[in-house]
Amino acid sequence: MKVGLFIPCYIDQFYPQVGIATLQLLEKLGCEVGYPSGQTCCGQPMANSGYEHLTDGCNRLFTDNFKSYDYIVGPSGSCVLHVKDHLHVADNETAATHIRQNIYELSEFLTDVLQVKSLRAKFPHKVGVHQSCHGQRGLHVSQMTELVGPAFSKPLQLLNMVDGLELIELDRKDECCGFGGTFCVFEEAVSVKMGKDRVADHVHHGAEYITGNDVSCLMHLEGILRRQQSPVKVLHLAEILNNE
Amino acid sequence: MSNSRDKIMAAVKQNQPPASQLPDLAPLISGAPASLEAFRKVAEGMGSHLLEVTDEAEIPALLQEHYPDMEQVITTDPLLHARAATFDWLTGDGRQLQQADLAIVRAQLGVAENGALWLTEKELQVRVLPFIAQHLAVVLDINTIVPTMHHAYEKIGGPQTGFGVFIAGPSKTADIEQSLVLGAHGAKSLTIIIKK
Amino acid sequence: MNTAIKDHAELAEAFNANEPRVNWHDETLWWVRQKRDKMAWSLPEWETLRETASLIKHNVLGNLHAYLEEFERNAQQNGAIVHWAADAEEHNRIVLELLQQQGVKRMVKSKSMLTEECHLNHYLADHGIEVIDTDLGERIVQLAKEPPSHIVLPCIHKKKEEIGDLFHIHLGTPAGNADPQLLTAAARLHLRSEFIQSRVAITGVNFAVAETGEMVVCTNEGNADMGAHLADVHIACMGIEKLIPQRKHLGVFLRLLARSATGQPITTYSSHFRTPKPGQQLHIVLVDNGRSRQLGREDFRNSLKCIRCGACMNTCPVYRRSGGHSYHNAIAGPIGAILAPNLDMKQYADLPFASTLCGSCSNVCPVKIDIHQQLYKWRQVLVQDGQTKAAKTAGMKIMTTVLSRPGLYKFAGKMARWVMRVAPGMVNNRFNPWYKQRELPPPPAESFETWYKKNR
Repeated sequence: MKVGLFIPCYIDQFYPQVGIATLQLLEKLGCEVGYPSGQTCCGQPMANSGYEHLTDGCNRLFTDNFKSYDYIVGPSGSCVLHVKDHLHVADNETAATHIRQNIYELSEFLTDVLQVKSLRAKFPHKVGVHQSCHGQRGLHVSQMTELVGPAFSKPLQLLNMVDGLELIELDRKDECCGFGGTFCVFEEAVSVKMGKDRVADHVHHGAEYITGNDVSCLMHLEGILRRQQSPVKVLHLAEILNNE
Repeated sequence: MSNSRDKIMAAVKQNQPPASQLPDLAPLISGAPASLEAFRKVAEGMGSHLLEVTDEAEIPALLQEHYPDMEQVITTDPLLHARAATFDWLTGDGRQLQQADLAIVRAQLGVAENGALWLTEKELQVRVLPFIAQHLAVVLDINTIVPTMHHAYEKIGGPQTGFGVFIAGPSKTADIEQSLVLGAHGAKSLTIIIKK
Repeated sequence: MNTAIKDHAELAEAFNANEPRVNWHDETLWWVRQKRDKMAWSLPEWETLRETASLIKHNVLGNLHAYLEEFERNAQQNGAIVHWAADAEEHNRIVLELLQQQGVKRMVKSKSMLTEECHLNHYLADHGIEVIDTDLGERIVQLAKEPPSHIVLPCIHKKKEEIGDLFHIHLGTPAGNADPQLLTAAARLHLRSEFIQSRVAITGVNFAVAETGEMVVCTNEGNADMGAHLADVHIACMGIEKLIPQRKHLGVFLRLLARSATGQPITTYSSHFRTPKPGQQLHIVLVDNGRSRQLGREDFRNSLKCIRCGACMNTCPVYRRSGGHSYHNAIAGPIGAILAPNLDMKQYADLPFASTLCGSCSNVCPVKIDIHQQLYKWRQVLVQDGQTKAAKTAGMKIMTTVLSRPGLYKFAGKMARWVMRVAPGMVNNRFNPWYKQRELPPPPAESFETWYKKNR
């Protein structure tokens, strides 16, 4: 099984430790992981701003980078969803379709493809989970509170395998944090208010760490926590699952 | 004006998507039979007050006890109250009913899932009656309680009168800071008398 | 963007100047969302019900022409007079003419988002006719000379003390008294006298049944009934998309509407108006105002399935923290943001961007409108139509260039991290909206790619 590691641009540049944890975790679980050099961005920032027509270059690059892998795995629900929904290349649609059908966000890859039942991981802390919307509502990595249906959560399923980790409850289990791509700067006031409210929910319930499967949301929450000089820290799911 | 009609209809015809089938409602209609307890719970949740009788002859005394100080009582059936209104409530455009303190009417059916009662112009005689009266009492035969709205419409069928209404509880509003207040514009209280 | 009109971001920022008030607004609406959840969970068949409703509405869109004909025919047989209005202006003119025929200068109106959309009150006021809104919330915002901020909860943005002050001035309630019970009682008295005096009543329409030619109007207060049953002339104003095929389909929609809207199992009154009462005139005004155009937009036609429950507003984390007025449109929130650009792309170009695309709206929608996906699609349409600022377009083009070329991207990333380390003030300054209330991540010394090359 050849797994292509998709490390989105802002993780590559600002959160390399998340890329490292993802890689190590996949290797630990027996995957043959390749990281195609020359990755940039999935094109989501442009597309979500209304410029999907400018993403041809990104799409082409992405398809060339990942077409030879059985699975493509990335530690970001949002970027993975964008690729799944929007990756098209006019003269290479077969390869693009293969990628769209075989790209996974890390937690769903672990639970659904690798069917991980146990992990060698330890994290003796109180942790709150931020359910990022695109992973949750777009990729269905967890049940949505709006829907009447059985509860499930792939990230929680994995976190429950971690020794010593104590999950905290939240008042609002799956409210958006307000990052929203360029929304975070064009609608700064609402974006920050949403983030502050999310942070407050975790803090109020005693979280020492906030985790999630989307670094963009976590970067936003971390930016608010650090401005508040809060002792609460932010870690990507991969960093916790990889912590021994 | 017919010009606009033609213009709108042409645009609609031009722009509407291909026709699709209507879904089957049958999967929604099956289910457990209605129970009085289920009806009671929801109806009380909607602010209705429930009383039970085994004989309709008990109703006038019961209403007298529950609404002792009503001056003008309008009843669509003289058997339901001992004292009728002192004016001709049937004549007029509805405004004659502004002095009505209590209206007593019969419902055709009740719906267990939401505590609603189905009343039509036939029972009401004057459409505005259940809205304009300060208080409303409705007699409901226990055997007419259906589980859901689907069952209700099956039973009601096509319209027999010019006006029909589901009423679930007294008139209410929560427009001021989401504080529930009973008695917005319509009846301030609703008593449902279940005839077993 | 019209510079005279502030956009959503500016209006939302102003709303956020008072944080405790934002918290209050957010929590009030979240409470309504929770009530909705409780109601949804009380029906195991909830998701089937939503799917069924969506399919019925889909059928309506595909057969709208036939259903409109059927409805018109049946309504006329029932004794109603049917009018057709191509746009808001024609709608207003029709209503004005009917009022002038009656010679009335004052009349009552129950809640109708369509008449808000058409700005009927202003139009009639300009012609010397005063409209008295009779829904309590609408009356409150009317007295405050404001538009409703929510389609179901029109004055959800108002504190009871402000309402107390308004009622003190207009209805003579005791100064400083903000008891909802007392204020509602005062409104009841005041509006009863309006109902009794009014010879014409306007109502909206929640559902119109093609099969029977009847219209269903849902209220909790009973104001539509008080108005319509007492008036000599009842004018019902409705968008052409309000049709449903058969009476039995009302069962589906009445089960969903109030549960989604306010978390009640049904509204207090669900009134079925078929014929005018003896001696009464019943006029039905069928309004297009862009709906037939939206019907032709394949990506956006599903927005016409909307039953105006407001659930998408209550759940929207942006709406709850920016307030209904920040959408500067009769219909606020996510549904407003996908309806408004159809009316005027230039004026409402900001609205599809007033969202994080989180998708909660699509999940609560009782008729399963893909609201967040339509927001995404409107963004594409608006950009292609040239409705975005030139600076944004230029920025996006630079971004694309960098991100399409790995060498350039690597260089830019390295430069950015270097700048952030040696001269953080270049990024962390007041011109960077990110930095205003948030820190940037501490820049790492190397990228993942560099690490990977060294370690694998």
